[in-house]
Amino acid sequence: MNVINKPDVIGNKWIGARTIRPDGADKVTGRAAYAADNVMPGMIWGKVLRSPHAHARIRSIDTSKAEKLAGVKAVVTHKDIVDFPLDKSVMLGIQDMRWMCRNVMAREKALFHGHPIAAVAATSEEIAAEACKLIEVDYEVLPHVIDIADAIRPDAPILHDFVQFEGKPSNIAGTMVLKSGDIEAGFKDADIIVERTFDSRPVHQGYIEPQACTVSYAADGRVTIWSSSQGQFMVRAMTSLLTGIPQSDIRAIPAEIGGGFGAKTIIYLEPVAVMLSKKSGRPVKMVMTREEVMRATGPAPGSLSTVKIGAKKDGTLVAAQGTFYLQAGGLPGSPLRGPVGCSFAAYAIPNVLSVGYDVVSNRSKVAAYRAPGAPLGAFATECVLDEIAEKLGLDPLEMRLKNSAREGDKAIYGPVFGHVTFAETVDAIRRHPHYTAPLDRNPRPGVKRGRGVASGFWYNAGGESSVQVNITEDGNVVVTTGHPDVGGSRASIANVVAELFGIEHKRVSVLIGDTATIGFSNLTGGSRVTFASAMVATLSTEKVIGQLKERAAKIWNIDAEAIKWQDGMALPAGDNAGKFPPLSLKELAARANDMGGPIGTQVQLNTTGADPGFATHCVDVEVDVDLGIIRVLRYTAAQDVGRALHPSYVEGQIQGGVVQGIGWALSEEYLYDRNGKLDNAGFLDYRMPVCSDVPMIEPIMLEIPNPKHPQGVRGVGEAPIVPPLAAIANAVYDALGKRFTSLPMSPPKVLERLEQP
Amino acid sequence: MAKLHVTTTVNGEPVEFLCEPHHTLLNALRGPLGLTGSKEGCGSGDCGACSVTVDGRLVCSCLMLAVEAEGHEIATIEGMAHGEELHPLQQKFLEMAALQCGICTPGVLMASRSLLERNPDPTEEEVRFWLAGNLCRCTGYDKIVRAVLETAAEMRGAA
Ligand code: FES
Ligand code: FES
Repeated sequence: MNVINKPDVIGNKWIGARTIRPDGADKVTGRAAYAADNVMPGMIWGKVLRSPHAHARIRSIDTSKAEKLAGVKAVVTHKDIVDFPLDKSVMLGIQDMRWMCRNVMAREKALFHGHPIAAVAATSEEIAAEACKLIEVDYEVLPHVIDIADAIRPDAPILHDFVQFEGKPSNIAGTMVLKSGDIEAGFKDADIIVERTFDSRPVHQGYIEPQACTVSYAADGRVTIWSSSQGQFMVRAMTSLLTGIPQSDIRAIPAEIGGGFGAKTIIYLEPVAVMLSKKSGRPVKMVMTREEVMRATGPAPGSLSTVKIGAKKDGTLVAAQGTFYLQAGGLPGSPLRGPVGCSFAAYAIPNVLSVGYDVVSNRSKVAAYRAPGAPLGAFATECVLDEIAEKLGLDPLEMRLKNSAREGDKAIYGPVFGHVTFAETVDAIRRHPHYTAPLDRNPRPGVKRGRGVASGFWYNAGGESSVQVNITEDGNVVVTTGHPDVGGSRASIANVVAELFGIEHKRVSVLIGDTATIGFSNLTGGSRVTFASAMVATLSTEKVIGQLKERAAKIWNIDAEAIKWQDGMALPAGDNAGKFPPLSLKELAARANDMGGPIGTQVQLNTTGADPGFATHCVDVEVDVDLGIIRVLRYTAAQDVGRALHPSYVEGQIQGGVVQGIGWALSEEYLYDRNGKLDNAGFLDYRMPVCSDVPMIEPIMLEIPNPKHPQGVRGVGEAPIVPPLAAIANAVYDALGKRFTSLPMSPPKVLERLEQP
Repeated sequence: MAKLHVTTTVNGEPVEFLCEPHHTLLNALRGPLGLTGSKEGCGSGDCGACSVTVDGRLVCSCLMLAVEAEGHEIATIEGMAHGEELHPLQQKFLEMAALQCGICTPGVLMASRSLLERNPDPTEEEVRFWLAGNLCRCTGYDKIVRAVLETAAEMRGAA
């Protein structure tokens, strides 16, 4: 493993150490409780009836037969979910409740095959499923549309009467435009212009744990929700909005989460389960099947993008134009901000026009997926850059270095950049042995190899975070954060807190609070949690150390300022302070109640200063030209991680993101049949990379501290999935001499492309 | 419909349970037996999160009927450690951070143990192909493969 530019960490014992994660023992012994593992006394089972049509008006729903079935305790439809009228947007974060209420339960129309129509709670899963079949729905089946190109044609079936574009009914539900300079003049100034159109299919986040929840609506109207999500406060707020129950009556308890990757930043089941529980008077458990996950939970959007870039002969980029159509699914809300804002952000290009279109079609509504939308923009942009470099006879990394955004440049999405660490990631790949290693281009007949590079950008985020630090009576530390831990954030926080207290790592416990036990904390997403929670944990710990010093000051009868904290002990700061034997955390804790009461605090903060993330990747591929199979042989990923609080989990983020990118590039796609039904709603035919598909992924962690963070942390989770699509396409070009502009580069498509000029 | 009565052995303990004829072994483990360490990621034999062994053979418990457990020896993740003493694979997975969300981990550990029982000195390729039935979406497999190889080396050294 490479760690370059390691900052001065001399004296750090725990920050940067590969400690054992606090939740580890439970997870390797099967004891960790995920959402589907919860049970409650008297619990019954909820099941969802889903639309068998891709697009249909719902004329009526008759639930009377289902309600009469023995064992059925409640049936709900959209009538039980709060209706948000179409003419007024109600936002929770980036989610519009008009769309969320319709996604959770179809109202006027079924908008995709698998759209929830009604739900039943019964004494067994079997009875609930049986009852779903007894619900009579009168559908008026409507023509449907699946792909972007079809959805934006003038004669396309229109999904929503209320959506207008340029004064006409349309499936274009929104646009986003960012620009700088004068795009026309920029292209006039260029010596070379390359313009290409790219397309891709939706891909699923592919978390292994299906959505699940257990909900209790008690006799006093108070609700408890156990579910796995990327934010218990999001679960509370969204459930409150969709059921009309005040937030103060809802307690959302986060289960261990079995993967989310963005998808669990919204909810599907919880409000439905709440209403089933309310109607039945029983706790209700709901667990999605994998098929339901694939059909009805958000994938990342498919895309249709055109990118045009102009450069001078020496490789200086002078103009860039991007047009990105993203699939929103049946309801508006695709992540336009990803491709529109990120595609050109790493480069200093004077003239840019970046436009995104949000296109609805009869597919499940998209949800966030790791750097939402950004990989699609990078796929187009980084392939065009590769082509320009090739045409100009330049090294693709040199060309990126030459055009890197610099400190003081105004980013196209608004802010002025502080220190930009993009060039460092490019340089790290350029200097890595992988980039210059000899490549046997024709190892066997019918097999060709190539190498490609690409870069990526992600905004990163700060936001609200709460952390409690409490000293136990026996002098150890319990830290509680408000963020579900998707990949090792507890381990990172434990390292920080142990370091600051100067105590053994195993004396610090890190727990995740629920909505009743910890202050508001925003979603685990946007690569923000380690950044934000380490910052707030630092403030909490410093406050507690302040309290400890005050206690020591009282005991010694000196000024608190004359006391320093070191190695888990209060000490007189210097000779002037007086001579006292040190007071340890244990001793101070033992005397806490005599000296002013319990020791502990909670800090709540809206954190800022999350500088963006940059990544540059290098990949070798091998193409079997007879079978059309592409294999990744070697992969190196450089990223500025700021400071790796726990290097293993930082590497893990990079490695996991890269392999998801490999799947996106080579094998994953949603396939629909003629009736608009998803054909591959399972792991057999929706082909995610398995262990034998991929090589080791070598991460290069560049530790260039973020000056706005106490430990120098920068978000790391998203940037790694941005470059792989283009890096692999560029490597395939290097192998075959043919540009691939359509994802995934699956065997049938590779063979088809090999036939073309 | 009357439920069926099954007598079997789970992690060395004799157990009995009642089940519906169509219930899978995974349903029985997670339901009446309360062993929720085995996970359901797909229910179709494609993710390996439900991996257990039956008479020492690695199977997807979602693909086996609960009634078929009658008279057999089932081993699940809950039986892998002995009290505070973790199996070397469990220990190595912790040390080498071979898990992120951890939902695949019980299945991956069961499959890895089964591999090392058969092949104490696997190559990287053999590990990768043996674990090809265990999906992990978080780690990119790198640390899992390394942890299995390291454990194998250590166990050979200790043997
Ligand atoms: S749950 Fe058995 S293989 Fe996926
Ligand atoms: S650690 Fe999350 S699926 Fe493997």
